Amino acid sequence: MKECVGMLLAGGEGKRLGNLTKEVAKPAVHFGGKYRIIDFTLSNCTNSGIHTLGVMTQYSPLELNKHIGNGKPWDLNRQDGGVTILSPYTAQSGGSWYSGTADAIYQNIHFIDLHDPEYVLVISGDHIYQMDYNELLDKHKRVNADVTISVITVPWEEASRFGILNTTEDLRIYEFDEKPKEPKSNLASMGIYMFTWKTLKTYLLDDANNKYSSHDFGKDIIPAMLADQRKLYAYQFKGYWKDVGTVQSYWEANMDLLDEDWSLSLSNKNRRLYSNDSDFPPQYIAESGVVKHSLINSGCWIFGTVENSVLFQHVVIEEGSYVHQSIIHPGVIVGKNSTLERVIVMENVEIPEGTYIRIENDKEPLVIDEGKLIEVIQQKKEA
Amino acid sequence: MNTMMGLINLEHEHQFFHELTYFRNGASVPFGGRYRLIDFTLSNMVNSNIEEVAVFTRNKYRALMDHLGTGENWELDRRNGGLFILPPDWNDPSDISRGDLQFFHNNRDYFHRGKSSYVLVSGSQFIANMDYKDAFSYHLERNADVTFISTKAETELPEHERVLRIEADDLGWVKNITNDRSNPLLFTGVYIIHKDLLMSLIDKCIAHHQDNFFEYGIKENISNLNIQSYEYKGYSAFINSIESYYRHNMNLLNENNYKALFYKKPFVRTKVGNNPPATYSDRANVKRSLLANGCVIDGNVEGSILFRGVKIKEGATIKNSIIMQRCTIEPGVYLENVILDKDVYVKANQRFIGSKDKPYVVAKRKEM
Repeated sequence: MKECVGMLLAGGEGKRLGNLTKEVAKPAVHFGGKYRIIDFTLSNCTNSGIHTLGVMTQYSPLELNKHIGNGKPWDLNRQDGGVTILSPYTAQSGGSWYSGTADAIYQNIHFIDLHDPEYVLVISGDHIYQMDYNELLDKHKRVNADVTISVITVPWEEASRFGILNTTEDLRIYEFDEKPKEPKSNLASMGIYMFTWKTLKTYLLDDANNKYSSHDFGKDIIPAMLADQRKLYAYQFKGYWKDVGTVQSYWEANMDLLDEDWSLSLSNKNRRLYSNDSDFPPQYIAESGVVKHSLINSGCWIFGTVENSVLFQHVVIEEGSYVHQSIIHPGVIVGKNSTLERVIVMENVEIPEGTYIRIENDKEPLVIDEGKLIEVIQQKKEA
Repeated sequence: MNTMMGLINLEHEHQFFHELTYFRNGASVPFGGRYRLIDFTLSNMVNSNIEEVAVFTRNKYRALMDHLGTGENWELDRRNGGLFILPPDWNDPSDISRGDLQFFHNNRDYFHRGKSSYVLVSGSQFIANMDYKDAFSYHLERNADVTFISTKAETELPEHERVLRIEADDLGWVKNITNDRSNPLLFTGVYIIHKDLLMSLIDKCIAHHQDNFFEYGIKENISNLNIQSYEYKGYSAFINSIESYYRHNMNLLNENNYKALFYKKPFVRTKVGNNPPATYSDRANVKRSLLANGCVIDGNVEGSILFRGVKIKEGATIKNSIIMQRCTIEPGVYLENVILDKDVYVKANQRFIGSKDKPYVVAKRKEM
């Protein structure tokens, strides 16, 4: 028997990320110069001692599956437990895609029962934060809750963009408001749930039989538990947390890494972030190269100027080029005398010599894949 | 089978790396920002479809074992074949073997169990990114007993002094091995031999109480063996002293050399770490340098090689130096022509200057 099994939802498409998720699931999107978004939650599990983890995939899972592999980088290659990829399946009774977050767990009840846990942690693979789930579990046990939801305090003026939990003084939840126009609280749900498995299982079985349910934790399971006056508690998380749901927030979260504070750190030894290593040789900074306030991964060749940027492995910045406030994905070559400002260049794109792309500060950063590049160059010619 | 098994024989390698080999053998000396010398021949073997590799090592092999582990970074953690680290462990009272013949004698099983019919033997001090398959086809084609891999020196360098020279005829048949410094054809220490011949030469050496397989099994036998010389023509280096070690590291700062050694596919492999990308601050000023992941740069770096996890604080200057894993350089320090081994801590505002011929070397874990 396991005390706690982790269930990581990684099937999301992340439509608002546009071209970034054209070919990969949102959790597999490159992040922070070397990582993918899902590395944060996978590493959180490892650092919290959760060694049994199901990862539910659905949308474009190839890169995600390859990335996770047997779980070795996160010490999740274990004989007992470890990481298991849970994709939608067919069986004698039929089969279907995961129709919602709750349905994804429902369809994998047999996986959870196999490990017979007391608690189940439900998390999403598309949030950036570093957290010790033991603290959530401790609170859950202390108040003897049916579910404990991790919350973060958001500024009041932004509260109406989040799922808001209204609580009593001792943080017992009495109401859930999805994107309220007039928020009564500024405690936003982080989409991190610690359930008592016995309770959750009954709600999942009921929900599956409900034709009118959208099979979603926020919309269906939590309201049903509230209606039954179950014990729902909030756990207040203090630290960095970001849902990289849009290109703007994806860009911001990457830029945030350049100003590390204690709550989000790539080099904190107690809260290490693990990932696959591409095994490229060290980066080469040439005589003509200038690098300021940036993160640069191995295999990069810098002949030009890089400022306030994040460069993934094996990126070449040729002489006379200027890269500013940008995120450059693996294998990109930036040709001579080019200027890139506030852009995100996708894997293996070759930026031709003399390209000039600059996005104003008040606009959303531009995601450049091969199609976009042709479009931009064409527009320049016509202009 | 017409395939090769690998043997990295470190037994008779000279260790002239002073401070760098106080705590480790020459094969484990860090090189090029994130590698160790043994990575070159080991990667070459794996990249040449060699699926089992043995390492003979007698002393100071803790760092080596830590580096190699199960061999997984070279994809040698296999059910069939794989990596065999063979330090000395023998209790056979009737054993009369000496030198590296002890290793051969006590590890006969490795050779007998291997399904390959040929053995490629190498040391660790010749570095190149080369494909041994070409030499192997050449060996089979020429129907030789032994094939030496050689390389031609464009200029005679100090480290060549201890390297053997090959005298071969027009057809590549080796006539003699000498120390003649006017002969530019250098023996890389890498050779291919049929397993049965290897075993019979070993038996003879042991019967004659010899203590060095290459010296007595091959070199003394040169007139009785058909030995071919196969010349390797790519970028390479011999590293057998502090001076050659420093110079060949610095040579990597020439873009073309760096590419020839590290950007020729398949790549040289090494033990991977879990370091974040290198971090540069607003004040960072880096020119003509190689930096590994995990470095945090807040100072000036010029013409230098920084290994993983090196921290250069505000206003510190590092020039023409090699700084190994996890060193911390406090503010205001000036280092020129210096080699810092792993985990060295340099307190603020100090100056250390070595010379190009004699870089200032600091042993592991020192506080300066």
